[in-house]
Amino acid sequence: MINSMDQAEVLLEIKDLTTRFYTEEGVVYAVNGVSYTLKEGEILGVVGESGCGKSVHALSIMGLIPSPPGKIDKGEVLFDGRDLLKFNQSELRDIRGSQVAMVFQDPMTSLNPVYTVGFQITEVLSIHKGMNDKEARGVAGELLDKVGIPGAHDRLDDYPHQFSGGMRQRAMIAMALAGDPKLLIADEPTTALDVTIQAQIIDLVKRLQENLGMAVMWITHDLGVVAELAQNVNVMYAGYIVERGSVRDIFKATRHPYTLGLIGSLPRLDEAPGTELVAIPGLPPDLVDLPKGCPFVPRCMYAVEQCLEEMPPLEQTDGKDHTVACWRWEHVVGEVTADVR
Amino acid sequence: MSADNGTLVQVRDLKKYFPIHKGALIQRHVGDIKAVDGVSFDIIKGETLGLVGETGSGKTTIGRTVLRLYEPTEGKVTLDGTDVFSLNPKELSQIRRRTAMIFQDPYASLNPRHTIGTIIAEPLEIHKVAKGKEKEERVTELLQMVGLNQFYVNRYPFEFSGGQRQRIGIARALALHPDLIVCDEPISSLDVSIQAQVVNLLEKLQKQLGLTYLFIAHDLSMVRHISDRMAVMYLGKIVELADRDEIYLRPVHPYTQALMSAVPVPDPDLAEQRQKIILEGDLPSPANPPKGCNFNTRCPFAKEICIEEEPEYREVKAEHFAACHFAEDFL
Repeated sequence: MINSMDQAEVLLEIKDLTTRFYTEEGVVYAVNGVSYTLKEGEILGVVGESGCGKSVHALSIMGLIPSPPGKIDKGEVLFDGRDLLKFNQSELRDIRGSQVAMVFQDPMTSLNPVYTVGFQITEVLSIHKGMNDKEARGVAGELLDKVGIPGAHDRLDDYPHQFSGGMRQRAMIAMALAGDPKLLIADEPTTALDVTIQAQIIDLVKRLQENLGMAVMWITHDLGVVAELAQNVNVMYAGYIVERGSVRDIFKATRHPYTLGLIGSLPRLDEAPGTELVAIPGLPPDLVDLPKGCPFVPRCMYAVEQCLEEMPPLEQTDGKDHTVACWRWEHVVGEVTADVR
Repeated sequence: MSADNGTLVQVRDLKKYFPIHKGALIQRHVGDIKAVDGVSFDIIKGETLGLVGETGSGKTTIGRTVLRLYEPTEGKVTLDGTDVFSLNPKELSQIRRRTAMIFQDPYASLNPRHTIGTIIAEPLEIHKVAKGKEKEERVTELLQMVGLNQFYVNRYPFEFSGGQRQRIGIARALALHPDLIVCDEPISSLDVSIQAQVVNLLEKLQKQLGLTYLFIAHDLSMVRHISDRMAVMYLGKIVELADRDEIYLRPVHPYTQALMSAVPVPDPDLAEQRQKIILEGDLPSPANPPKGCNFNTRCPFAKEICIEEEPEYREVKAEHFAACHFAEDFL
C-alpha cells in the first residue's frame, strides 16, 4: 500500500495555515503555520491533546471557523489545486458535503433531532446529486445498509433519538458518504463510543476507504486508534505539527520528545506489574501566551538554550518522509523506542 | 471466594434496580432498570480491583451502592465484617469515614465558590476530626501528598487545570485516612499526558498509605495497568473476574474476549497481527435484558442453552470466575 501511495495524486495541500482567535483575553494562537500534503486514498491520523489545534485546523480547511473571533491569518488550503480559503460561502457549500465531508465527535448534536434520519440523508442527495425523492430514498437506504444498520430501509423514517450512539455515528458516516466525497474528515468520531462500538466504526471506515478509495483524515487523541488505522501521522502540539511520518516512523523511530512522552504515558501490554508510566511533567502551554521558542520546552528533558530562543522548523530526519520540529531530534532516542514499541 | 482475613469488602448478590414510572398524576410502576443484577465479589486489603464495562453496564452503580450512596434493592455488602446495609445513620457516618470516592468530572465535583483549602478540609469538619491549626496542617500535608503547592490553599477551583483539580479531589478523598477509595472514572476526562501523572500518583499513594482501590473505568489498558485483579461487567452482571494478566491473556468469556481484542493498541506491528473480534449490534436495554445469558444476542458462540438458561457465575479455575455455559471450553 505504501508503494502505491507514492504515485497517488496530491489531494490536499496545506501551506502555512495560521488560525487565530481574537478574544477579549488576548489573541489565541490556535494554529501556527501548518503545512503538509494529503494524497488521494491516504488515511492520515492527526493526534494531539486538547487545545493542540487539531480540530481548529480541520475546521479551517472546511471554512467553518466562527468569525469573529476566529480568523485565518495566513496560508493556503489547496484542494485539487484550488485554494479553499479564497472560496465564497456558496462555493464552499458546494464543496462541503460533496467533495469534502466531515463527521463530528458527538452524533447526537450533529444530527437534527426533529427530522428523520432518512430525510437528513436524502437532503444531501437532492442538494448535491440533484436526485428526486424516490431515487434519493432508495440510495439513502443503500447507504445506511452500507454502514451496517440492520433493516436499513425500514429505519429511514426513524428519528435520531431512536438510534443508539453507534448507530447515530453510522448514520453520520452514511450522510457524509452521500456526496461521494474524496476526503472524509473525522473529528474524534469514536471518542464518545464504547470500545466494542469503536471497533465496529474503525472497521467500517477502513472497509469504506478500501472500497471507495477516499482519503480519510482521522483526528483523535487516542494513539491506539491511530496505530490501527492510519498510514501517516501528524503529531500536533500547541498549534504546530511537531512530528510527521509514517505510522511506523512515529511509533518505532520516534524523534520528537513530545511524541515520545505521549507514547510513554500509555500503559504497555507487555509491562510487568508495578511498572510506572513515563508521564510528561507539567501542563500544555497557554495558547494566549506562547513562549518565544519551542512551546514544549517547559516539559522537555532534552531542551537546551537554543530551544528557548527559536521555534525549530519541521525538518527531514533520517527516515524517508519523516519530519520533526526539534533542534535536538538526533539526541531523542528514548529507551521507549529502542524497545518493543 | 472464601472470606479469609485479607478481605476488606465482600459483596454478595447485590442488586440495584431503578424503577420506571409512567403516568402523569398516578404514577404506575411499569418496570425496572436492572442496573446491577446480582453481583458477588471480594476486594482484598491493599489491592486494586478494576471494574470495566461499557456505558450502562452498571459499574458506577456498583461503586455507589457499595458505599451506600444508593440504597440497594437486594444483597449484602460488608466492609471489614460490618454489614453496611444494616447500619443506622450514625453508624453509617462512622463507617463512611473509612471510605472515599474520587469522581470522573473534576469540573463538577469541586464547589466553585469554595477555596481549595475549604474543599479539602470539609471532610475533617463534617466528621469533627480536626480544627484550627491542626486542620490547617492536615490540609497542607494533603496538598503536599498529591503534589500541589501548599500556597494554593486560598485559590479557587477555576484557577486549576483538569489534572490539578483531580489532584484536589484526591486530596479531599484522603483527608480522613480511608481504607477504601472508589475511583469512578478518575482519568477519563483528562488528556493522555495528564492521565499518566494522575495514575502514577494514585499508585504512589496506594503504596505509601496501604490504600485499597475499586477502580472503575472503561479504558481497559489503563485499568489493566493499575489493577491487580479485574472484573468485566455486561448489562448489570459480572461476566468474568480474574488476575489482570490472566483475564487479558486468557479470557474465557466471549464478551471479555471481544472487549480485549477491541482495545486499540498503540503499536502498529501488534495492531496488524492481532485478530479482532468485532461484535455485532449494541448493548440491549437494561430495562428488558435478554432471557437466559444476557449476552446471547451478540455472542458469536451462542447456542440453544444460552437462550434458555442463565449461566452460573462460578470459579472455572483457581481464582478465575466466569459466567458462561462454555467457559471451560475456552480454558
